[in-house]
Amino acid sequence: MHIARVIGTVVSTRKDENLVGLTLLMVQPLTPDRQPAGRPLVAVDAVGAGVGEHVFFVRGKEASFPFYPAEPPVDAGIVGIVDHWDLG
Amino acid sequence: MLLAKIVGTVVATRKDPRLVSNKLLVVRAVDPRGKADGGYLVAVDTVDAGVGETVLVVSGSSARMASGLKDCPVDAAIVGIIDAVEVNE
Repeated sequence: MHIARVIGTVVSTRKDENLVGLTLLMVQPLTPDRQPAGRPLVAVDAVGAGVGEHVFFVRGKEASFPFYPAEPPVDAGIVGIVDHWDLG
Repeated sequence: MLLAKIVGTVVATRKDPRLVSNKLLVVRAVDPRGKADGGYLVAVDTVDAGVGETVLVVSGSSARMASGLKDCPVDAAIVGIIDAVEVNE
């Protein structure tokens, strides 16, 4: 999984039928010192995250598992909201 | 998933039988503001998108979960047409 910050929302009306009802968010992956790491991407939200929150997300087909038995065509999914993280 | 802009079409006569009747498009990754940011990809269109539109592209094995692509040899599929992206930062 990767830590990221939710930076925005994505609106799509015409989309795959299995994406209907799902929330799409723009997330910016972060380095451990909370700086942007790489390009932002679109992730599907499985936990009710909102803009500005720190989250962790999975990549690959596993992103669709929270919606089982539906199989939405997604390759990045937010699966947790980070309360705080600490590198000791 | 990636935001991408459709920049062209691909025509291929000789191809895997499971790709027959699928539309192939050339897309280029864009940032949330629509500026080109990254490389080009060939993606299968499942939502009747057209050149110039900004779309949502799913990559890897997840692309096969798009409508009509079960068991097809694809690793990038267009699964949505983007109406708006709002970034607050």
